[in-house]
Amino acid sequence: MSPETHEPVDHAAAAARFIADAPHLAFHDTRLWELRQKRDGQMHGVPEWETLRDLASAIKEHTLSRLAEYLEQFEAQAIANGVQVHWARDGAEHNAIVLRILRENNAKTLVKSKSMLTEECEMSPFLAQHGITITETDLGERIQQLDDEPPSHIVVPAVHKLRTDVARVFARRIGGDPENTDAHYLAEHCRVTTRPLMLDADAGLTGANFLVAETGAMVVCTNEGNADLSANLPPLHIVSVGIEKLIPRQADLGVFVRLLSRSALGSPITQYTSHFRGARDGGRMHIVLVDNGRSKRLGQAEFWTSLKCIRCGACMNTCPVYRRSGGLSYGAVYSGPIGAIINPAYDPARYAALPFASTLNGSCTQVCPVRINIHEQLYAWRRIIAAGGLLPGKKRLVMRLAGVVLGSPALYRLSTALARTAVRILPRGLLYTRLNGWGRDRELPTPPSESFASWHARRKKAG
Amino acid sequence: MSARDDILAACRAARPPGDHPLPNLPAFAPASSDLRAGFEQGLALMGGRSFDLPAGTALGAFIAAQFPGERLIRDASGELPEFPRVDAVNRPRDLENVDVAVVRARFGVAETGSVFLSESELQVNTVGYLSQHLVVLLDPVALVAGIADAYQRRDFGEVRYASLMTGPSATADIEGVLIRGAQGVRSLTVIFCPRTIEDAAARSAG
Repeated sequence: MSPETHEPVDHAAAAARFIADAPHLAFHDTRLWELRQKRDGQMHGVPEWETLRDLASAIKEHTLSRLAEYLEQFEAQAIANGVQVHWARDGAEHNAIVLRILRENNAKTLVKSKSMLTEECEMSPFLAQHGITITETDLGERIQQLDDEPPSHIVVPAVHKLRTDVARVFARRIGGDPENTDAHYLAEHCRVTTRPLMLDADAGLTGANFLVAETGAMVVCTNEGNADLSANLPPLHIVSVGIEKLIPRQADLGVFVRLLSRSALGSPITQYTSHFRGARDGGRMHIVLVDNGRSKRLGQAEFWTSLKCIRCGACMNTCPVYRRSGGLSYGAVYSGPIGAIINPAYDPARYAALPFASTLNGSCTQVCPVRINIHEQLYAWRRIIAAGGLLPGKKRLVMRLAGVVLGSPALYRLSTALARTAVRILPRGLLYTRLNGWGRDRELPTPPSESFASWHARRKKAG
Repeated sequence: MSARDDILAACRAARPPGDHPLPNLPAFAPASSDLRAGFEQGLALMGGRSFDLPAGTALGAFIAAQFPGERLIRDASGELPEFPRVDAVNRPRDLENVDVAVVRARFGVAETGSVFLSESELQVNTVGYLSQHLVVLLDPVALVAGIADAYQRRDFGEVRYASLMTGPSATADIEGVLIRGAQGVRSLTVIFCPRTIEDAAARSAG
């Protein structure tokens, strides 16, 4: 992720633009809630679900607590399997390594499957600058690439788009009928235009969902078949992966594979769960192990468990703020609740608004398959951001006022009495101003005629 | 220091406090004792279909009858000498015009309807994806109950490439509309049948 010269992300303003578009908002909200409900259906079909979550969490915490040892074990296995292992401290090192591998193999065209890590490293623009032609092969990711937009969701990258948007993007970039918005037609058009690019590609790049230290396996879970084509068609396969993806044993996959797609899409498994241990005859395989801030986060007592994340997106699908603001409004590679606790670790000033893009309802924590305490980490980030003086101006003013009022019982009683009266008698023009964020997009509730405190006092006296 | 040594040192320095033992993995009761029925249900949910080979029907004729319009059928199972072999091609991409490919799975998983296919079953890995349709032969006794049982097997560690394949390739990336046949096969058909011809025999004959 990039230097600290970036403007702070204004999540609320970006979300307001998203909300203003009613058809997109309605679809986005409904589609993601549908994924959440499908996830619930799968969860209820697995009686040992909560035990699996316990196991997944414990396995990940164990692995992270001995990460260096497991990385060394994985590296030794991978080398024994004939894979070339590379290490990158950050995104720039990762990109330079990938470019060097491509040049050594005289590769000019690269087909890739979805990889959030390469987004994080901003690899594609870098390689393009150096003359490499990159084709995203996941349908959603391809749509986003053709529209010059980053993915808005880590599992369903173009979920914020309607089919009419897709038809327009395709017509503009890869031909096709802009009026034909049939999803089957559009998917088929992408299939027939992407396949020749895969057939002719010099190299393929995939991410990985899990790295198995015991066997050196790199496990890739996908539905479209594009990752297996990207890896198996060209003579060169590069795997780019973050160091936190390790698990100790092959048998541990029996826990994680059971949780991943059920949590992500509400299907029992992905169509393809593929295990790469070494290059096929005549092929070459490289893996780039990337740190990019992970070892730093490992040392942060309140936040290291966010490294348990298996990127299922369940926290995003369940989050009322994410569903109604869209992934792009987070202005970051990782969006939704998990993004709101990962991004500030890279740049607290730039991403200061994100931990506030939450109601703290805790639903994210409830659905997380590896039991990350997401809502507690959101709260912890809020404290750090406030203490660091990184709150946006209006929020800082309101918080200071709230601190004074809430710190004094007398002031608090006076202010609630005033508010009860004010909401009842003030004209709308005065109540629903720009300063009253709570009055935007919603009606203020009718205040009760009496406060709880005075009711309680009366009852005690009578009692 | 090299990037490798730097990263390893940083991970050691940042080691979270506490013991964090690696848990033992308990065995869970299978969802259903009828593995065959579970497999068929799981496969159907993921968009695949399955058949028994009808008694007295030749396998090759049965497969051809399932795909009346398709011209090029290639075989990786070694059990169908009437079809051209998958491993007769020179390059992975040469399988792009295959209409139907036939492979034999090493085993299936009842929990999800998945089949295990590695480079030794596929012969050329891309045949599982470039073909328009995939036919998977599966011995009904070669079923394990769950995904966790599958990962207790040594098969994964003995090959360079293995996929648990579950139904055809699929996407729902455009407005959530489910489409079978994203970049890979458009359909996946499992035919329950024990191996009839030994692969070695087929090889020497072919």
